[in-house]
Amino acid sequence: MSAISELSSIRTGRSGRPRTPEEKAARRRENGRDNKAAYLFLAPWFIGLVVITIGPMLASLYLSFTKYSLLQPPEWIGVQNYLDMLGDARLHHSLKVTFTYVVVGVPLQLAFALAVAMVLDRGMRGLPLYRSIFYLPSMLGGSVAIALLWRQIFGTQGLVNQLLGAVGVESTTGWVSDPEYALWTIIVLHVWTFGSPMVIFLAGLRQIPAMYHEAAAVDGATRWTRFTRITLPLLSPIIFFNLVLQLINAFQSFTQAFVVSGGTGGPADSTMFYSLYLYQKGFGQFEMGYAAAMAWLLVLIVGVLTAVNFLLSKYWVFYDD
Amino acid sequence: MTDLRESAPATSARTSVKPSTGSPAAAAGRSVLKHAVLIAVSIVMVYPLLWLLVSSFRPTEVIFRTPGLWINDLVTSNYTGGWTALAQPFGHYIVNSAIVVVGAVAGNLFACSLAAYAFARCRFRGRNLWFAVMLITVMVPIHVVLVPQYILFNNLGWVNTFVPLILPKFLATDSFFIFLMVQFIRGIPRELDEAARIDGCGHGRIFLRVMLPLMGPALATTAIFTFIWTWSDFFTPLIYLTDPNSYTVPVALKSFLDATSGSNWGAMFAMSIVTLVPLFLVFLFGQRFLVKGIATTGGK
Repeated sequence: MSAISELSSIRTGRSGRPRTPEEKAARRRENGRDNKAAYLFLAPWFIGLVVITIGPMLASLYLSFTKYSLLQPPEWIGVQNYLDMLGDARLHHSLKVTFTYVVVGVPLQLAFALAVAMVLDRGMRGLPLYRSIFYLPSMLGGSVAIALLWRQIFGTQGLVNQLLGAVGVESTTGWVSDPEYALWTIIVLHVWTFGSPMVIFLAGLRQIPAMYHEAAAVDGATRWTRFTRITLPLLSPIIFFNLVLQLINAFQSFTQAFVVSGGTGGPADSTMFYSLYLYQKGFGQFEMGYAAAMAWLLVLIVGVLTAVNFLLSKYWVFYDD
Repeated sequence: MTDLRESAPATSARTSVKPSTGSPAAAAGRSVLKHAVLIAVSIVMVYPLLWLLVSSFRPTEVIFRTPGLWINDLVTSNYTGGWTALAQPFGHYIVNSAIVVVGAVAGNLFACSLAAYAFARCRFRGRNLWFAVMLITVMVPIHVVLVPQYILFNNLGWVNTFVPLILPKFLATDSFFIFLMVQFIRGIPRELDEAARIDGCGHGRIFLRVMLPLMGPALATTAIFTFIWTWSDFFTPLIYLTDPNSYTVPVALKSFLDATSGSNWGAMFAMSIVTLVPLFLVFLFGQRFLVKGIATTGGK
């Protein structure tokens, strides 16, 4: 499926092998032209790959073994940064915060997305309108404006407390300023943006032939059986795609935590996301070497998780082709 | 792998014959229940946004006492006051953002379509390897290139300019869009460009005259997503733009929080609405394409 199966099987596109020597020679000439053209077309991407991606990756690997404050040249300190990370309680805490956010927020968001997508049947009255309404928050959700709104909604005098008051529950909790709840307000914001995985689920549900369900219904299968035996297995590649994508994104979350906490990760570090701590280290305290080491730990975590995801996918993702 | 051109007509044409269980009355009941649930969820989804809009027309003192959506005393002072509350009139930051967005969209359209054409239609040595590299770069967290990129752009004297925000797009670093376009091109019948080739067109002409005109939906999806992501992007401008004159809209909006220390919510909400308007308009006109574009990438 998509990016994933691409890696293993890349279509060569043209069918039929050249048979006669003339054909072979023509094909070779053509290939030569193709080579030149292709590298010309790919030139911007190649430059970007070297200058903007691979070069900086190697540089950041080097920097992660140095002490570097931008002002003086980097000083080689071996694995000291990595050793420091082992003893950095704040870093451990930021990992815990990030994992909580990912482990709770991502499945919850995907479950919502799937549930709503299931309710939105094809051919249903008002589907485009519902779809737009549910999709809108995920388009706006990454913006600072929405994060500011969230900060107010869950503030001491915010909308949530007003609504609670309106139904007779007096609350003076400042949800975003209470270490116990602050992270959960950001998780709620994450779940609220379930629209974009929902659209992907909707597309996936459409590809399940209606006759499967009809046949099962004729055989007397209940709705639940049809959901677990037909919908889930046939949708599993899409679920997997959403899961991989959302995990990678969630680990890099930054804006919401930054704005809700005013850049501090507070209260009491309760919204100290990993990328926020990395930002503080690198661009607040100019410990660029340490920030680089932190970035490589993030690569390692995301890489391992993605790999585990792929390995586990063998057991629950079904491709019908 | 199903691509857009194959899947879109097929799925929309496949009308559903729902397996009927139970009586017509029960089915009607289920339908009513379904709509009730969906309407309830819709309200929860849009309520905060409507409340934001309404609050931007309320005096600040009232905002904190009204959960409802009705306005008793409409004021526009939040907009007039908010517009001039920062070092520059808010329009200045909008212009900054507009420059960055236009540059980013142009860059992504240019570089990603070129690369996608090569991956989808040229047979060259190392194609599979480079394609795999391209897909892997989709997954690389930006943090790992962040520090050296900053040092690079800093040494070139480009901090506090828009170059670090735009140049990478012209070098096709948003590989996600390359992948999206490759998928789309694969759905375009090969006969079209083979015919052009027989007529003597090289890859350049085929790309310009045959492929680009057919790539409309993929280009539109790329443009819209680039617009939305660049307009909302907070992290990169936060790092590269430290001079208040060069702020883009999200950074300006955030500095609102510092400047008024959260006391002038009315003005902040008003400017929030101002920054959301372009996003909303793009969403309104572009959602048809977005839904298609997302469906293509998620499809099998």
